[in-house]
Amino acid sequence: MKEAVRPEGPARAEPGRGEARVWTHRLTSLAGRSDALAPIVFVWPALLVLLFLSIFPLIVSLYLSLSRLQFVKGGFEIKFVGLANFRKLLVGSQKTHFLGAFAGPSPFGWVIFGLVVLAVLVLLWRYLRREGISLAGLIGRVAGAALVLAGAWLAVRTLTGGGRPGTLVVTLFYVFAGLTIQYALGLGLAWLAAQRIPGRRFFRIVFLLPMMITPVGVAYTFRMLTDTMQGPFAPIWRALGLAAFSWVNDPWGARAAVLVSDIWQWTPFMFIVLLAALESQSREHVEAAMVDGANGWQVFWHITLPGVLPVSTTLILIRMIEAFKIVDLPNVLTNGGPGTATESLTLHAFTIWRALDVGGSAAVAYLLLLVVTVIAVAYVHFVRQRLSAAFG
Amino acid sequence: MAGLRLTRSRSLLSPSPLGMAISYLILGAWTFVALFPIYWLIVTSFKLPIQVFDGPDYLPGIDYQPSPHAWRYIFFDLRNDTLRPFVNTVVVASTSSVVALILGAAAAYALVRFEYRPRLGTILLFIGSLALVVLAVAAGVPQAVALLAGLAVFLLLLQAIGRRFRRSLSNNDIAFWMISQRILPPVAVVLPVYVMFQRLGLLDTRLALVITYVAVNLPIVVWLMRDYFQTVPVELEESAAVDGASRYRIFSSIVLPLAVPGLVATFLFVLVLAWNEYLLALFLSSADAQTLPLTVAAQNATRGPQWWYMSVLILIMITPVILVAILLERYIARGLLIGAIKG
Repeated sequence: MKEAVRPEGPARAEPGRGEARVWTHRLTSLAGRSDALAPIVFVWPALLVLLFLSIFPLIVSLYLSLSRLQFVKGGFEIKFVGLANFRKLLVGSQKTHFLGAFAGPSPFGWVIFGLVVLAVLVLLWRYLRREGISLAGLIGRVAGAALVLAGAWLAVRTLTGGGRPGTLVVTLFYVFAGLTIQYALGLGLAWLAAQRIPGRRFFRIVFLLPMMITPVGVAYTFRMLTDTMQGPFAPIWRALGLAAFSWVNDPWGARAAVLVSDIWQWTPFMFIVLLAALESQSREHVEAAMVDGANGWQVFWHITLPGVLPVSTTLILIRMIEAFKIVDLPNVLTNGGPGTATESLTLHAFTIWRALDVGGSAAVAYLLLLVVTVIAVAYVHFVRQRLSAAFG
Repeated sequence: MAGLRLTRSRSLLSPSPLGMAISYLILGAWTFVALFPIYWLIVTSFKLPIQVFDGPDYLPGIDYQPSPHAWRYIFFDLRNDTLRPFVNTVVVASTSSVVALILGAAAAYALVRFEYRPRLGTILLFIGSLALVVLAVAAGVPQAVALLAGLAVFLLLLQAIGRRFRRSLSNNDIAFWMISQRILPPVAVVLPVYVMFQRLGLLDTRLALVITYVAVNLPIVVWLMRDYFQTVPVELEESAAVDGASRYRIFSSIVLPLAVPGLVATFLFVLVLAWNEYLLALFLSSADAQTLPLTVAAQNATRGPQWWYMSVLILIMITPVILVAILLERYIARGLLIGAIKG
């Protein structure tokens, strides 16, 4: 019975295969016929809804990304143009908008890039030295390494030495900076709020509030708050001699404003899910460890954190996918400016869309889909592997 | 027995005075961060336009004379134009969240406890046939003909080649496919979805919004609930099965009650997403089915953002969700019970 108390890491990250199968057989022999249909009854309603409402738009917008919308007399027609929309983004007139303005990396940039190359080579080398490498695994890793290097090269050339990042790099910045800070804050706050202290119900409700405001509303609220002349923090800006400074005119200031609003709004999501996970945890291990004389930090690192890791991997994946679609905040807060400094990929697609270039917009969206899918697949494989290695 | 356990753990797990002081300090600081923007919305909602542009005034009644003009405008001048979107939002968000939770929880449970092996060949064939249908319709073939032809192609080829591709996918692949449906930004899918509902004659109806939000939120429900179901011990279900309970009964009376904290957290999240969704609502509704986020955004008129009206609307929007959160909060706390039952 002791094993039943705490589901182990890998069994939760990857639904306990052997165990579940044995049990399924036992069950089907015991229970009647309608139970044999259960696997179908449980999953098909959801699958059907997704098939009908997701696949069709997906295919149509793929077709749109390969075509151009033209207005003709009495309506419009869709003309097939092949890969022209994608070419325009990667090498054509939209290149500086999408990828950014390139500059030779500064010495600092070279150092960063060198470190990334070194890290990738070390990881690849370690994989090759390991036993049981497979062809698929090798191809996947080499492709992944190439993409990481391409991304690092793009970031180094547009961020250092006078370059200008395009919407791709800006979006990646929002996603990774935002995710890291949101997760750290959310976990810390959930841990504190899960303690048995008076008033914890109050904190729980209050911490959820930011998530409940519509993103457009959050964007307008933060436009009020970040106003250095009329906003509530105006006296602080004045005291710092920054009253005339406008977020909107400084690229990194504007990006920071967008990032802060995003963190304010989405830390509650991390908080509530991690809180539920912490509360579902068995208290016995904590008790046992405490009796053995473990301190708070040891309990946190060895019991609490491993316990919430499976939920965390899901949480980060979902939040990452949502974060890549950030659009309302930069649109309302900074209007994408100065120039295109705060524009995210989705806002990029949206501005092109507003200019009635539906095909170009779909092309941006599909490149976003490609980037997110690659990162998500890599994330799922990498994290699952790490989890089973750490707790298996 | 369980009660005894709980009281003992309480004495062991309560933090020290110093730890408590630090906890309160940090929690208090974040309370300020979370509440201040909302406080500013309240302050702004009672200001006259001239006072908003006057600069920072923090305390109504002391720094400035509060005026209910914005509240009066939203509640009395607009009356039905506020009420209708409000009712729409309530109906659409709650219905779609409940449906998504039911369908998603069932699918999540199935993906945790059953093993699926969909054939890769069948899936590729299905996507191929669907692409053919879309291309045919784009080329001018009538829809019904294209659909039937696509179905015929699918079934015929399924007999012929579908069975040769023995490679199959796993539960994890199905789950990943589901979540990947959320990657494409709404701006890319909004046109096809619009055309789809136009053909069905459902534009500007609540039903269209409900269907869309169910589809959009399902993957999130499946992913979050999968994790919560994995923490339910198999042994409990097993012993129920030995006692002769059917699969459906095990799900509804053992698994679901044990996963209540997860269900509540997930429900709250998808409710908030549906409640606040903007872009899809913008395209799928024009007058009758308009939702509140559209009303908020509409306050950015040609004269610039009407901060005071906007603040009132945002405050009206969050009140019901706060009430729901307060009502549901204690169920999240019930997660503690799982520890007691398992012990």
